[in-house]
Amino acid sequence: MTLVRTDQREAVVDALRTVRDPELDESIVDLGFVTSSTVDGGHAEVRLRLPTYFCAPNFAYLMVADAQDAVRSVPGIDTASIVLVDHFASDAINSGVAAGAGFVGSFPDEAGSELDDLRRNFQRKAHVAAMERACRRLLTDGWTIESLPHARLADLPDGAERERLRRRRADVDLPLDPGCLVLVGDDGAPVEPDDAPLRLRFAHTVRVSIDGNAHFCRGLLATRYPDSAVEEVLR
Amino acid sequence: MYTKDGESYFVVDGHVHFWDGSPANQANIHGTQFIDCFYDYHKNLSPAEWLWPKDKFEKYSEQDLIHDLFEVGYVDKAIFQPTYLTDFYTNGFNTTEQDAAVAEKYPDKFIVNGAWDPRDGERGLRALGELAQRYNLRGVKLYTAEWRGDSHGWKLSDPEAFRYLEKCRELGIKNIHVHKGPTIRPLERDAFDVHDVDVAATEFTDLNFIVEHVGLPRLEDFCWIATQEPNVYGGLAVAMPFIHSRPRYFAQIVGELCYWIGEDKILFASDYAIWQPKWLVEKFVDFEIPEDLTEYAPLTADVKRKILGLNAAALYDIEVPAQFAAKVPDEPAAEVAVGASS
Repeated sequence: MTLVRTDQREAVVDALRTVRDPELDESIVDLGFVTSSTVDGGHAEVRLRLPTYFCAPNFAYLMVADAQDAVRSVPGIDTASIVLVDHFASDAINSGVAAGAGFVGSFPDEAGSELDDLRRNFQRKAHVAAMERACRRLLTDGWTIESLPHARLADLPDGAERERLRRRRADVDLPLDPGCLVLVGDDGAPVEPDDAPLRLRFAHTVRVSIDGNAHFCRGLLATRYPDSAVEEVLR
Repeated sequence: MYTKDGESYFVVDGHVHFWDGSPANQANIHGTQFIDCFYDYHKNLSPAEWLWPKDKFEKYSEQDLIHDLFEVGYVDKAIFQPTYLTDFYTNGFNTTEQDAAVAEKYPDKFIVNGAWDPRDGERGLRALGELAQRYNLRGVKLYTAEWRGDSHGWKLSDPEAFRYLEKCRELGIKNIHVHKGPTIRPLERDAFDVHDVDVAATEFTDLNFIVEHVGLPRLEDFCWIATQEPNVYGGLAVAMPFIHSRPRYFAQIVGELCYWIGEDKILFASDYAIWQPKWLVEKFVDFEIPEDLTEYAPLTADVKRKILGLNAAALYDIEVPAQFAAKVPDEPAAEVAVGASS
């Protein structure tokens, strides 16, 4: 019996690993945002914390809602409570997500629309950052900036960069065929050789920005919760 | 001023505060959490020897301010940026009036900036005129993400904001400091989005738009718009202290800024009292881009001189003694992005 419950708790944590902070493009487990997860029968309870009391409530809402969806999808879990603690909008977010009310339903007098556009915008940034990592891999492997616009997914070696790029492409509905170009515009269109340096340079800035934010948020989390020092994942 | 290895630097601290975040002034839990959040920033990014006890951080004295900026902090001129937060603090957190009361006692040390909110309409325009006259304003600090009643914040591209920008032009207020986000209300869009600055900067080419915190956490969006607008600048408040705790990240921030917007448009700032100018100036003058970050140009003494003071001095017409001038006359030495040199 105990064994089964341990397995289920692990399954819950694994499910939570798929939930990302949309701004930081990293798992909420790796970021140290999950403080506890317990399973009792078919019910899971997960507690989440964030680096500051004022962290943007829209992103906080997305993480709580995504965590609920992920945990509920674990076989054998019938109900899940996701509890965001120590945040100014904790109550509204927790009860809103529990009730399946959506962002507007959670903040009826305040939110003007759901968060689809916001999520999309950050998925786009995450794709650009993943694209830059993949391009850097190719440049290290001997490709040149001139040849880069012709590089295809199949040209990427097996490894973290290719997997990350494939996942981020899937998020923004770009195809995953081996023949797809690596360096593309946000809409998946090819990049002209003349435009490649600027596209790649901007992608570099996007990646630096996201990585830097993740460093800062980790630091603030560790300051706010001194017990929370978590291993940094190599990005 | 600061001198090291035969190089002298004129220092303008582009973003300082004289606040009261003490429990006695806190109006509600948000006021408590706001100063707590600042204190976490302070603890997270300061060297251990520069940490203040919480009660001093909540409310420091005028003597502390003067000592830390001018007696030991190398600052020649400091720019007060107000942060009213009257919903959180009974007497406001840091108002123009509070800043001006100190500035009057120390002539030639401070520049006092004002603030406005386009939702104040005609009344606000009149108040801005009075504020400008009283304090000889040359700059304002704006928060676009503040909620009020049914309004979910505002944009610099709003017609009402344009009326205020026109008023600034008329009053000779030419430096518009913009602080994007964060919002304490549930906003469905990104509170850090800087695209409205692009619109306003295109329309008001005779005004300077200084994006505070260089757009962090949206450095990429800021760089993208700033490279296309010759009148958009980046203030380094909050970015500076990474020089201690995350020097590689700091190198990347400054490297990106120099690439996209150029060395003439980056302004030093401590965000005192969150951080202290003394250690920031010392570390910045010693700082070099790590060798393996080959995509970035080196930070020469001239680049540092511009960032530490000359750029802000140009925006605020601050007279700089000749010995602090850049040694190499302006010419585009480093690779700068398309548009940055226009």
